[in-house]
Amino acid sequence: MNHNYQKDISGCGLTGLISKKRRRLSGDQIVKSLCLMNDRGNGLGAGYAAYGIYPEFKDFYAFHIMFDEPSIRWSVEEYLKANYHIEKVEEIPTFPVKAIQISPLLVRYFVRPLKERIVGEMQEEDFVVNSVMKVNSEIDGAYIFSSGKNMGAFKGVGNPADIAEFFRIEEYEGYIWTAHTRFPTNTPGWWGGAHPFTLLDWSIVHNGEISSYGINKRYLEMYGYKLTLLTDTEVAAYMLDLLIRRQGLDIPSACLVLAAPFWKNIDAKPPEEREFLTALRQTYGSALLNGPFSILFGHSNGLVGINDRIKLRPLVVAVKDDITYMASEESAIRAICPAPEKVWAPRAGEPTIVELDKEV
Amino acid sequence: MFEINATGAYYRDLNSQVREAVEKGEKEITLKGVNGQYYIGDGLRGNAQITIEGVPGNDLAAFMDGPTIRVKSNAQDNLCNTMNGGKVIIEGNAGDVLGYGMRGGKLHVRGDVGYRVGIHMKGLKKQAPTIVVGGTAGDFFGEYMAGGVLILLGLDEKETRPIVGDYLGTGMHGGAIYVRGEVDKNLCGAEVGVLETDEDDAKVLKEALADYCKDFGLKLEDIMKKPFKKLVPVSSRPYGNLYAY
Repeated sequence: MNHNYQKDISGCGLTGLISKKRRRLSGDQIVKSLCLMNDRGNGLGAGYAAYGIYPEFKDFYAFHIMFDEPSIRWSVEEYLKANYHIEKVEEIPTFPVKAIQISPLLVRYFVRPLKERIVGEMQEEDFVVNSVMKVNSEIDGAYIFSSGKNMGAFKGVGNPADIAEFFRIEEYEGYIWTAHTRFPTNTPGWWGGAHPFTLLDWSIVHNGEISSYGINKRYLEMYGYKLTLLTDTEVAAYMLDLLIRRQGLDIPSACLVLAAPFWKNIDAKPPEEREFLTALRQTYGSALLNGPFSILFGHSNGLVGINDRIKLRPLVVAVKDDITYMASEESAIRAICPAPEKVWAPRAGEPTIVELDKEV
Repeated sequence: MFEINATGAYYRDLNSQVREAVEKGEKEITLKGVNGQYYIGDGLRGNAQITIEGVPGNDLAAFMDGPTIRVKSNAQDNLCNTMNGGKVIIEGNAGDVLGYGMRGGKLHVRGDVGYRVGIHMKGLKKQAPTIVVGGTAGDFFGEYMAGGVLILLGLDEKETRPIVGDYLGTGMHGGAIYVRGEVDKNLCGAEVGVLETDEDDAKVLKEALADYCKDFGLKLEDIMKKPFKKLVPVSSRPYGNLYAY
């Protein structure tokens, strides 16, 4: 694996935006916002996720795959051909950047699972999740790092400006964007370890440290998830898939699981709410994310920002027209929106949930 | 007045321009087009008046000893870390961890502040750091406070959030916190006592708030109309027996 083991002091910066009216905004905005926080990272990871970028293939899963060696590509394609209809294959367009000397081979596939491969009770999404887990854990040196519809993640080892130039982020247009600059602390800075982390339409960028990683990982493994990317944030992406897609929690409830209120606050609630919150904590104790975090998670219908329960990481939200911005620093928002109508810092554990208007 | 255009400037270049101007003896310096530059005013001495237009980055006025900085908008996190003297005035809101280990000088914020404001603040004799907040504060206000004065006003009548968050004064072992209005004892750390204010407190408040009012064009009488509660540590060694058993 192309790891570069390193341990350093902490930082990380994140930023995101959503146009509720589904206006597709060029990537140059999010790049500008992230680059303002360049010093929060140390060049060992940056990445972008965007929704609405592949309208011409919106019914196909867009697999972005990184291969450590070009030869690995053929074993992955053999697997894909046996299980998927492949509508289109192309190398992810990149631009040569001086600072990025080494990169994996990056290819995207627009695919649809073959009907006959989906048997019994299995949903199409389960089949895709299983494929991602299988490739990432069984084919050495191949990682599906993006697997949603009409969305994609672009990430690697480099600083925000270089990664943006490398992946030609400015050429994409999306109605939701998230971005991250990384300062790896406890785990290697490698291409797969850069944020966003994604699964199906879920994408996560995260500043902080999930100290419950071990508990969360074992819990997810019981449901068939395989944690292969050597970074704590990976658990958050899979947890959302488990809680929301598979177990049917709504987003506010899922947020109450990830950043559960303290027992003393639950005990002070009226009986009905107390009962609900107690049930959530008892059922999903192993899904609680402990430790400092601010997280943005994107999905096919919206964007959510949330902090840990005692707010050990920064998060600022601003609104202008139909766009909501969320970032680690207010200045990162003002870099692209100098005069927001409203700016505020959400309180600890209080999610900011923004949904897209229904498609007309 | 000396003007520096900070638009798009890297923080190192901007800060060396500011230091150069102060060293040259400029007394009134305005930074225009600031957005996110870290460490402005850090370690600065003297008595320059610095006005910032735009949102300054984190760690404004760390280790500062003397100058006055007025920010005409919001500010971010970690202002006045270990500040020793001088004053910082924020016309908008400010973020988390303000006045960490602050040991002198003043921080006046017109709007709301975030979490852990006044954490580890300390004071002794003439070294009396003061933070005054016009709006509301988040959790851990005055955490581990060892000295100095924290004043929380809650001036916005339309504010729906409580004036202060949970874990108020947790680990506090010195100094005083004044809150305008009522304080829920359930939000306070175990070592915190909630007292009525007396004449000495009124003197402390009036002196600190007269200066605060001058900075923002407010009326002292209006602020003093509503009574304050005083929070102080009631045990000198609250964790003295923590490892005794």
